Amino acid sequence: MKSSPARRRAATTAAAVCALAVALAGCGGTTKKDNDNSGPAKTDAKADPGAPLKKGLKLAFLPKQINNPYEKLIDQAGITAAGEFGGKGKEVGPSDASASSQVSYINTLVQQRQDAILIAANDPNAVCGPLKQAMKKDIKVVAYDSDTAPACRQLFINQAGSEEIGRSQVQHLAEQLDYKGEIAILSATQNATNQNTWIRFMKDELSKPAYKNMKLVKTVYGDDDDQKSFQETQGLLKAYPKLKGIIAPTTVGIAAAARYISGSSYEGKVVLNGLGTPNQMRKYVKDGTVEQFSLWDPKKLGYLGSYAAAALASGQITGAEGEKFKAGKLGEYTVGKNGEIILGPPTVFDKANIDKFDF
Amino acid sequence: MKLRWDTAVGVLLVAVFLTGLGTTDGFASRDNLAFAFNDIAEVALMALPMTLLVVAGQVDLSVASMLGLGSALTGQLWDAGWAFETIVPIVLLVGVVGGLINGWLVTRVGLPSLAVTIGTLALYRGLASVVLGTGAITDFPETYAKWAVDTTTVPGTFLTYPVVLFIVLAAIAAVVLHATGLGRSLFAIGAQEDAAYFAGLRVKRVKLLLFVVSGLISAFAGVVFTLRYGSARADNGQGFEMLVIASVLLGGVDFDGGKGTLFGAVAGVLLIGVLKNLLTLNDVANEVQVIVTGLLLVASVLTPRLITTVSAWRHRRAAASTS
Repeated sequence: MKSSPARRRAATTAAAVCALAVALAGCGGTTKKDNDNSGPAKTDAKADPGAPLKKGLKLAFLPKQINNPYEKLIDQAGITAAGEFGGKGKEVGPSDASASSQVSYINTLVQQRQDAILIAANDPNAVCGPLKQAMKKDIKVVAYDSDTAPACRQLFINQAGSEEIGRSQVQHLAEQLDYKGEIAILSATQNATNQNTWIRFMKDELSKPAYKNMKLVKTVYGDDDDQKSFQETQGLLKAYPKLKGIIAPTTVGIAAAARYISGSSYEGKVVLNGLGTPNQMRKYVKDGTVEQFSLWDPKKLGYLGSYAAAALASGQITGAEGEKFKAGKLGEYTVGKNGEIILGPPTVFDKANIDKFDF
Repeated sequence: MKLRWDTAVGVLLVAVFLTGLGTTDGFASRDNLAFAFNDIAEVALMALPMTLLVVAGQVDLSVASMLGLGSALTGQLWDAGWAFETIVPIVLLVGVVGGLINGWLVTRVGLPSLAVTIGTLALYRGLASVVLGTGAITDFPETYAKWAVDTTTVPGTFLTYPVVLFIVLAAIAAVVLHATGLGRSLFAIGAQEDAAYFAGLRVKRVKLLLFVVSGLISAFAGVVFTLRYGSARADNGQGFEMLVIASVLLGGVDFDGGKGTLFGAVAGVLLIGVLKNLLTLNDVANEVQVIVTGLLLVASVLTPRLITTVSAWRHRRAAASTS
């Protein structure tokens, strides 16, 4: 019979495991306290606006996921831009978008001595430690598309400012409607932060005297669900027979609304505008259901990111507010608060230019 | 002559390591080595009890979900203002309870461990989501984080603290598996459970103990993971169970039970870790990495059988020619 000593040994093993585990974690003795991850990364370096862009810079793009088609467009444009200033760009990344999967890539990019890492973060904090390490080794860090905690990067390239998106949506629709008539908003979910921020700016824009003949009658929510958005559009047009225009600042919503309108008696009578992707909306632009819609151009985002990283790595900027640099053919940009750079107004897509875009 | 697959994996590991030293800039740096090994710390920790389980003909698919539950609990309790010294024992206790549930369902209800732990894989991950939702808790201070991060190493070495813990536990596991009665009983149970039972081994008790240790270590791996990334999430470590099992099988532990060495399993884990690091450093695409790992795994399962078949065939031919 071996089980008795075996059991005793096993129990000892388990106890040892426990003790070690507790010993490893049980050092220090505080509870939760604040950690400073709020401000952007600080550098002691001084910016030299006149410095030329360095030659042979190595830039690495780290998307959320290597097969994300939207981010691939951004990265490819960034890599092409790097070629313009004599640098070398590449895209590496994980095949899944989990919180931790980008971390091993950051480490290897540090070992490969890249000059800059451009990252669309899956988790704003899980990538923080290694990014801070990278910056310690003088590798510049630029976030794009999806920000990290501000302390873990020098710059964040934002596709568009919330205020600009909100106001421009109203401005575009107003021009199409000659500044008069009832309008409605088809949003995503009721608690989507970005949507609600945009809608707040839309309402603020509408309160200006220029829009006194326009009236927002209702905001409905399609929950980023194609069917629900389709039905909400249907309901909206039934409930408000005098409705002249709909703003759908959601790519799912605008496509569903366009699908409903294109097959109904409202075609040509109701103006639909909002945020959508060219590939989704091409059909409706060509058949006249939708005259125009907008979204940022991912290629410009990548292009700007590449130049911003190069400007950082060449010492033209350090990431402090107010610094200026030239982003090739896009012109001059200024670093905003918290190291944020805004790409600019959204691109408007219509019959004339839609075939130039593929995303 | 019989090929020892675990030795072959050990040799392969050394070969890959030397290739890295010779060909790849940055591979040999202290930072990279510290990182490469720390990066697989949780998988390596969970592979230890998994080795013992597989030798005994069992499997625990719920390890990564238990890691997620441990991570979610750590985050939520920390956020609620608990002291870390209290949180860790609680998380470990939850790991023990999770392991008891697995073990109880296997030994008392008599269900196969594969079916039980497929169920608890979903259950524990679900509980993790209940505990923490889809959010993340992130503000773990340096005091604790430093014990798990890649940058804190044991002075003078490239070994991080999770890796040191792994070495200690691996040594204990090796002794238990290869030099104790308990270890021998694991092989006996894995090879022929009924025979082991009739030989007087307390099969159920041993199996229960293995699941408890597996749950305990997985929950602790959740704490390590949380501190290492500074981010507690319910979906942390998703899919790690496959990596853990793959490492153990790659190390030559027989999925049918009864055969394997701890040395092989450790070599398997390290091989997957070093290979991943080396391929990433050389910009090999993620898809290719997955294929390489997959091929290695197929080879590890196939080669020993192939060798047996070939030698049996040779033996028969030799016998035929002499007759």
